[in-house]
Amino acid sequence: MKHLLSTEDLSLSNAIRILDTAEEMSAVGEREVKKLPALRGRTVVNLFFEDSTRTRISFEAAAKRLSADVINFAAKGSSVSKGESLKDTAQTLSAMGADAVVIRHWASGAPHRLAATDWIDAAVINAGDGTHEHPTQALLDAFTMRRHWARLAGTGSEGADLKGMRVAIAGDVLHSRVARSNVWLLRTLGAEVTLVAPPTLLPVGVEKWPCSVSYDLDQTLANGVDAMMMLRVQGERMNASFFPSTREYSRRWGFDDNRLRALDDLGMTDTIIMHPGPMNRGLEISAAAADSPRSTVLAQVRNGVSVRMAALYLLLSGDTREPAAHRAPAYAAAAPSTKESI
Amino acid sequence: MAANTGTYLIQGAAILGGEPADLLVRDGIIAEIGSGLSADGATVIDATGLVALPGMVDVHTHLREPGREDAETVETGTRAAALGGYTAVHAMANSTPVADTAGVVEQVYTLGRAAGWVDVRPVGAVTVGLAGEQLAELGAMADSRARVRMFSDDGICVHDPVLMRRALEYVKAFDGVVAQHAQEPRLTAGAQMNEGDVSAVLGLTGWPAVAEESIIARDVLLARHVGSRLHVCHVSTAGSVEIIRWAKERGIDVTAEVTPHHLLLTDDLVRSYDPVFKVNPPLRTDADVQALRAGLADGTIDVVGTDHAPHPSEHKECEWAQAAMGMTGLETALSVVQHAMIDTGLMTWADFARVTSTAAAKIGRLSDQGRPIEAGEPANLILVDPAARWTVDPFQMATMGRNSPFKGRELPGKVVATFFRGHPTVLGGALNTPHPEAAATPAGAA
Repeated sequence: MKHLLSTEDLSLSNAIRILDTAEEMSAVGEREVKKLPALRGRTVVNLFFEDSTRTRISFEAAAKRLSADVINFAAKGSSVSKGESLKDTAQTLSAMGADAVVIRHWASGAPHRLAATDWIDAAVINAGDGTHEHPTQALLDAFTMRRHWARLAGTGSEGADLKGMRVAIAGDVLHSRVARSNVWLLRTLGAEVTLVAPPTLLPVGVEKWPCSVSYDLDQTLANGVDAMMMLRVQGERMNASFFPSTREYSRRWGFDDNRLRALDDLGMTDTIIMHPGPMNRGLEISAAAADSPRSTVLAQVRNGVSVRMAALYLLLSGDTREPAAHRAPAYAAAAPSTKESI
Repeated sequence: MAANTGTYLIQGAAILGGEPADLLVRDGIIAEIGSGLSADGATVIDATGLVALPGMVDVHTHLREPGREDAETVETGTRAAALGGYTAVHAMANSTPVADTAGVVEQVYTLGRAAGWVDVRPVGAVTVGLAGEQLAELGAMADSRARVRMFSDDGICVHDPVLMRRALEYVKAFDGVVAQHAQEPRLTAGAQMNEGDVSAVLGLTGWPAVAEESIIARDVLLARHVGSRLHVCHVSTAGSVEIIRWAKERGIDVTAEVTPHHLLLTDDLVRSYDPVFKVNPPLRTDADVQALRAGLADGTIDVVGTDHAPHPSEHKECEWAQAAMGMTGLETALSVVQHAMIDTGLMTWADFARVTSTAAAKIGRLSDQGRPIEAGEPANLILVDPAARWTVDPFQMATMGRNSPFKGRELPGKVVATFFRGHPTVLGGALNTPHPEAAATPAGAA
């Protein structure tokens, strides 16, 4: 394992390995002393070109629980015209001896550039790049779903996939790195994914994705959903004619109180409601839904630390074996990313 | 008479890929064509296995000077052109300052003459500062020593329909042509790559084909309405080919150009996020590539234009979204077109001469370029080895730009010699010397 750049080309066996390792890491978080010596003496740089307090502190907590040294580098701007280039920043971090770079960047593909060039030799973890991918978010979502799915089945999570689980993802798919990473990973894990969005917020080309697409949230719920994931609607979309008004958006595509009741009426007692945060309460999710027992929002945050510990541990522990079984599914082979992701 | 250009006897060259013949080049013209020719004191060039073609004419070159001499100069760009088989290039207007006055186009013209590698034909900006608001002094540029006939805001679309109409009408006064960069700006705000299956996965803002096609549709209708001559730069989509075919069937006076990279490369390459593949218009799909090849072969697309766009390395060694758009092309055009069009059986070398020279000279109104290979014609000629294979290495090129998307590819065809008005600017596949009397010889259009 060298980098974690995307879930698009993450094999089933590697995905399972990360999730299983995260289960082990999660046990550490439940101890009184939440620390392992695994990465003592290793340096992890959080290189953030975009503000994201929650993702940064999650990675910071993960690295610290593994005893790594953590450097936080907030580099806003970074253009050749405005300041230091990505290349110079990367070479600087390399010269300082970074073993892993956790990069959040507003530009899609920036982590791929770090991994593909000789600017830096460190392991690269994509902590969200533009509107491309956010693989650790998808992994923590899958981790959360897998625990739920295994509990319903009365089995353990270890080694399990998500076969048969029906997952709906609703919201601004066009601009969502979370949606992209989830679609690829959930398909790899065997879940059935339905994207629900206004047609303006779905990318041209979505019809080739390994999932269903719906414009009707109520119909999607009526068809049966085991996990309902709501995506954040960014403020800047509201004035760009993607939808007429926030009220109309909320009525048609928000998870409001009526839809929360509908889950009960439809007899879907075990359906969970997910959100990657931060939430716009009253827009894409009602307060009652966010605070209901179905909501996994805080569990997702908690699981995020475990999943990021697993990713850091597997990338930095020198474990380079590539499991032979479980190649990536057909859609990934038909549309390969040029960089291996893990 | 240019006495210093010397006498060259080219033996056994296949003219336009036909039967081998000898060509005697003397004092800037093709003196004689036949078999078993001899001439006292002539430098003999064994052209066995080589194809003789008219010197190539590029309708679309960015030489960057004045203003961005860190990217390219007229000197380096025209060296690259000569090596690529060109004897004339049209230098696009988006320099700094913009080539929107007689003064700037004359400066570029003079720099080209002083360099002496090819004819440099400046393209004048359509609007002042490429700002799309007010017509530049097109007549002054047409009347200048540079004798501008092609006008373009290339890099930016003349999107205001009234301004485009006026430009099309106005250039009729001096037989000019407006070369449109067809890109609807609102549909391409922040656009990074072709909008389709790949952009959906990569999360890069899409650049829809319709943004190009809608402008071309509008412009051919405007050209018909006012009876003007329109040239469409770098056509990149199957739909654009269809619209141009439709327009030509109706007798609309439109010509179109395709770049070598759009004949070969697709948006799949963007999966690497390597900005060497970032270009305007963007790389499209394989279906577009096939339609462009078919359009070039059947004459819907008239010419190959390189859109040679060198950039300093720091503008490509960065995030995709930060990177400059553009690719070098002068030194790879012949090989790419041979690979995509000739080796595939879609075109002959005679067709190649049409799309890289004859038609291009006609669009730019260059009277002594793109001429037939006949006795008495100006000796703008190239000798090509179609059997050669070479691997593209941007660091071995004459252009200052290292941004070749063909880096590392093996391509067929090599320019062995370039004769520019009787003088070999390239010999043995390497740069020779510039035309000795370039600065004193009348260049370009009569």
